[in-house]
Amino acid sequence: MSDAAADSFRPHRRMRRWLGPVFGAACFVATLTGVVVLTVLMGAILAAALSGPPHSPWHDLGANLRELSALLGRLLANRQSSDPAVAGYHVGVIGSLWLLGLVAAIGIPVGIGAGVFLEEYLPAGRIRRIIQTNIANLAGVPSIVYGILGLALFVRAFGVRGLALGPSLLAGVLTLGLLILPTIVITTQEALRTVPSSLRQAALALGATRWQVISGHVLPAALPGIMTGTILGLSRAVGETAPLLMVGAAGSLLRAPRGPLDRYTALPVEIYNYAKEPNRDFQAVAAGGILILVVLLLSMNAVAILIRNRFRRAR
Amino acid sequence: MNASESRVQQAPPVPDAEAADLAPPTPRPDDPTVLQTRGLHIWYGRSLALKHIDIDIPRHKITAMIGPSGCGKSTLLRCFNRMNDLIAEARMEGEIRFDGESIAGPKVDAVALRRRIGMVFQKPNPFPKSIYNNIAWGARINGYRGDMDDLVERSLRRAALWDEVKNKIHRSGLELSGGQQQRLCIARTLAVEPEVILMDEPCSALDPISTARVEDLMDDLKDDYTIVIVTHNMQQARRVSDMTACLMPDEAATDGQRTGVLVEFSPTDLLFTNPKDKRTEAYITGRIG
Repeated sequence: MSDAAADSFRPHRRMRRWLGPVFGAACFVATLTGVVVLTVLMGAILAAALSGPPHSPWHDLGANLRELSALLGRLLANRQSSDPAVAGYHVGVIGSLWLLGLVAAIGIPVGIGAGVFLEEYLPAGRIRRIIQTNIANLAGVPSIVYGILGLALFVRAFGVRGLALGPSLLAGVLTLGLLILPTIVITTQEALRTVPSSLRQAALALGATRWQVISGHVLPAALPGIMTGTILGLSRAVGETAPLLMVGAAGSLLRAPRGPLDRYTALPVEIYNYAKEPNRDFQAVAAGGILILVVLLLSMNAVAILIRNRFRRAR
Repeated sequence: MNASESRVQQAPPVPDAEAADLAPPTPRPDDPTVLQTRGLHIWYGRSLALKHIDIDIPRHKITAMIGPSGCGKSTLLRCFNRMNDLIAEARMEGEIRFDGESIAGPKVDAVALRRRIGMVFQKPNPFPKSIYNNIAWGARINGYRGDMDDLVERSLRRAALWDEVKNKIHRSGLELSGGQQQRLCIARTLAVEPEVILMDEPCSALDPISTARVEDLMDDLKDDYTIVIVTHNMQQARRVSDMTACLMPDEAATDGQRTGVLVEFSPTDLLFTNPKDKRTEAYITGRIG
């Protein structure tokens, strides 16, 4: 190596060689933080759920599993009660399933429709940018604000008689629907944007109309991304408590809703109520409710992954 | 060769001394012209991309468009099937006629037009579907009522792909090699029974063997179709085309914009052996471009 080259380059080889592993280690620690916290959390919830009688030693795995499944079965079968031994989430689970189904039925088509319109039909320009910014901001609005909005708009209908839904299931559904709409719209748009323009051009060049291009190629190609956003949104809706308290989910309800205009309550609302109880025995009940919620969310994700893989293979 | 029979069909593209001595087109009863432009200008926003293009694309011939990058070859090609409509700021002025009917202007149904004027793109872009559905989709959306299996087989045979794919017709089109994918795209275009096939550098992403197969295919197709091909490869233009159009950046443009003009349009063997325009000569001998 000549002197001139040595002068104008300072390779810092040793430092560069170290920097990579250091950065990798930092990223590993960051990952670990999440994993550890989640594990501890799940462990704590499991421990709390199993803290009630009968008490098996922690190392007796089989007995603990039996105890856990017995607890979850009891919680799913029983209604609300002031006695922790017979308290359960029967009405709340059914209410949450109602909410989930109706929110999906309303929120998914509206959200995907809005996303398709904004991305595929509305020409890029100021109007699109303004709407875009507003939707992005709505995604960050605290859920309690949606609760207030739902209270004014759906529960009371600004005092218009006949339109007010009262504290009914439908009012809760519409409020949660509004809440998850921005998430679905934004992820739909992002998924549509990843569809290569060569695909659209190929279809257009064959004499396809805009609708044929979208329904035949763009939406199927974007579906995995759209599914992800939809599941994110629905998971959020299932876990929300604050807006439902606002729009009148019942604190205590002994009869499961039979239709959209019935009174209702939801799993997270009931968990919240049990967790407030001063009697320490309710802690196991609340922890068990959280486990039911987690199982519900995980199975939703599993279904989404199944649908996604199926769709990928079919094409 | 066909090109030697065809007359020089070009009207003066720009007020140019060289272009003026080309013979003006004489109308014939069996109109040999499929696509015709008169005084065509294209703008992208404020910049002029194509200036005053007059060209007559002959029927059942292969017309090549050559010229340096950015001189508007692809833009001109995309005028013929109105794909420029998709670019929001593109604006057009002048006349384009297809079989004697105007296809410029907002009243023309671009969707119907694109079925009759098919297009093959630079990068093979099969749909992420099975080989069968790659062919069948275009026919289906255009309301094809015949036997679909038959149409798929006919199209693949016509594109010289059938023997290679007949045993895996329900596998994804993306599993094919690049050259096979491009022939699949050609088959897909043939399935909707167009009259004209526009090809935008169809071989630039292919290896020499695949390129040769596509070129053979083009030669085979010109009995039934009119082909317009944009190419960067002058040898390719020479090998496959009957007529060649040479587009060049306008020397008169002073504002730093690249504006394309048509400097010469003649039978291919004439253009390459005895170019009339000195810019064409400079380009084909490799001095510019």
